[in-house]
Amino acid sequence: MNGLLVLIPVALGLGLIGLAAFFWSLRGGQFDDLDGAALRIFVEDEEEDAR
Amino acid sequence: MTQAASLLVERDFAVPDIRCAGCIAKLEQGLVRDRRIAAARVNFTEKRVHISCTPDAETPELIGAFSLLGFEAHPIGDGPAEVDGGASDSRALLRAVAVAGFAMMNIMLLSVSVWSGASGATRDLFHWLSAAIALPTVAYAGRSFFRSAWRAVRHGRTNMDVPISIGVLIATALSLYETATHGPHAYFDGVVMLLFFLLCGRWLDSVMRDRARGGVTALLRNMGTGAMVAGADETSRWVDATALQPGMVMLVAAGERLSADGVVAGGASRIDLSLLTGESAPQEVSLGDPVHAGTLNVEAPIRVRVTAAGADTAIADIARLMGEAAQGKSRYVRIADRAARYYAPAVHTLALLAFAGWMIVGAGWHHSLLIAVAVLIITCPCALGLAVPAAQIVAAGALMRVGVLVKDGAALERLAEVDRAMIDKTGTLTLGRPVATNLDGADATVRALLLALARASRHPLSEALTRDLTAAGVTPLAVEAIRETPGFGVEAQWEGRMVTLGRPAQPTAHSTLATQLAINGAPAMTVRFADALRPDAADTIAALEQAGVAPGILSGDRAAAVAPVARVLGLTAQTGMSPQDKLAAIARQAAAGHKVLMIGDGLNDGPALAAGHASIAPGSASDAGKNAADCIFLGDRLMPVAQAIRVARRTQAIVRQNFALAIGYNIVAVPLAFMGHVTPLVAAIAMSGSSLIVVGNALRLKGAAR
Repeated sequence: MNGLLVLIPVALGLGLIGLAAFFWSLRGGQFDDLDGAALRIFVEDEEEDAR
Repeated sequence: MTQAASLLVERDFAVPDIRCAGCIAKLEQGLVRDRRIAAARVNFTEKRVHISCTPDAETPELIGAFSLLGFEAHPIGDGPAEVDGGASDSRALLRAVAVAGFAMMNIMLLSVSVWSGASGATRDLFHWLSAAIALPTVAYAGRSFFRSAWRAVRHGRTNMDVPISIGVLIATALSLYETATHGPHAYFDGVVMLLFFLLCGRWLDSVMRDRARGGVTALLRNMGTGAMVAGADETSRWVDATALQPGMVMLVAAGERLSADGVVAGGASRIDLSLLTGESAPQEVSLGDPVHAGTLNVEAPIRVRVTAAGADTAIADIARLMGEAAQGKSRYVRIADRAARYYAPAVHTLALLAFAGWMIVGAGWHHSLLIAVAVLIITCPCALGLAVPAAQIVAAGALMRVGVLVKDGAALERLAEVDRAMIDKTGTLTLGRPVATNLDGADATVRALLLALARASRHPLSEALTRDLTAAGVTPLAVEAIRETPGFGVEAQWEGRMVTLGRPAQPTAHSTLATQLAINGAPAMTVRFADALRPDAADTIAALEQAGVAPGILSGDRAAAVAPVARVLGLTAQTGMSPQDKLAAIARQAAAGHKVLMIGDGLNDGPALAAGHASIAPGSASDAGKNAADCIFLGDRLMPVAQAIRVARRTQAIVRQNFALAIGYNIVAVPLAFMGHVTPLVAAIAMSGSSLIVVGNALRLKGAAR
């Protein structure tokens, strides 16, 4: 029973962290351009992007 | 850039040609080299580019920066407000899905312990914890269902959301009562799982609409985003279409669309009316002739005095017709709602029967209510809510890969029902743009010279030449001192000789477009242009007939221009039709009990597109046409039309299978619930099982368009 008092808050807390992280990334626009994100890995940064 | 960020303006441009990672790199790294552009960010999914630029950057200059990199860009005017409005809708749904998913996992975690034998104080604790998670979740994630159900009930109707809302609310209330009275069964997990699956369906539906809308906005040419207006002192400035006033004088370059109605105040040219009237041959205009917004100036720069702008233009009539025609379509009831009409009363009767039956047997109101709730939960249209959107989004994805954008699920449902096709000629059966007809006879040097000169110009005929010659694999010759004279043509030095590409020396026969290549003033070749049939038009017509859709031509063009096309394709044609005539033709067919598929591109097709049971427009269509149509196909091939019909029918078949699966599942599960054998554990297994089966069945559509 004592174990539960620790484990349940831990389980819920981890879930909440995941939910918060998802909301954060949603607000940050990470889900706005899913197809583009897959392609950007092929984009080479210019050697010297001065701007 | 040293500019302070506060001085920069944000602009959005639609760039339909972004196709690969290379394009992203080219645009983002190339655009910032322009001194007016501080930052550029490509959104590949929506095919648009967001740039931050200095306030003095005019729209044409920015478009110029795009075309320097080889991309065609169209400004998206006051887009952000209205586009984001739709996107935020699906974002709110996604948030609700996330919340419901989180709650479902955690409640399930607690429920599993209860199922595996927790009892006494532990079970009560777990039930209270579940309640603490479930209540806010139901309140937050269930809002959209409650709201829609309330709207329906208030108007004395019923939809899918009514049984859902009633089921969710009663089950939550009863579980709360059970928890408070130390009962063994709480259905919090079932309630939240139900919400989660239903929200997934809802979200898929909304994503599908967003994606198509993104594609459509990217395609909108934004007819008349503005024009160069000549000032009193012969200076010119860019004026947005909304700010154009009667009396202003627009400078319209060759290849530019008019932004407002007006009369020609200087110069002479030919105007391509095909989007407005369906007529394929460009019309000659000179001083004093009226010209209309949305038409294309093909030959030489002209000055146009604006007589009417914005809502006063001649196209306003067509827009009004379109609004009226579209009303009929909004009365269409989607298949899921049609099913709900029968389903909802059946579910409620069953639950009531269960309650009454157990009361009569003498089980006591508490036990009877528990069984009634079990019936409600088990019959809640969980799989039904997923059955339609899951199938439709997979089908829309498959169609998108072959170049068809489907605007929403209802479009797919209507498309599956058509048995007549009315096809416009100019721009739909034909390409709607000039194609060089006599290039095959030319020798290699001439072709290479033609390409070298043509690619230096933005004139419509030059662009047509560039496209055709590049496609034929011609490499241009090196020429020097290349120069374009508006209204005349392009000239350059080639091996010490003067070569020109421009208007033919002798006028050609009426209404034929032609351009002439001359070397040192001596004509070397006259290239003629005509509007060609789409390459697979005949195959598509055959495919349509095979699918049981009887095609016919509905054209605004003269009979003489339509006849050759009709003869080649073996179709009957109605010609010289005004937008009203086209509407009437569709109404006649509809009255005879046929479901008409309208395929057209022009402004004149707009009302017909809105009135057809379903409608498809090519990507090159007028903005009005693209807005009115249910689907849009990209590229030169017409075959996507037949493919779209085939996929729509397969989707409908899958949807029906899914319904059958859901009903079959109910036939098994409802008696169990009636007998009182459905514990929360059984409900959880049954619900997730049936949902997975339905989604799995929908995934079979993935390759349907191939």
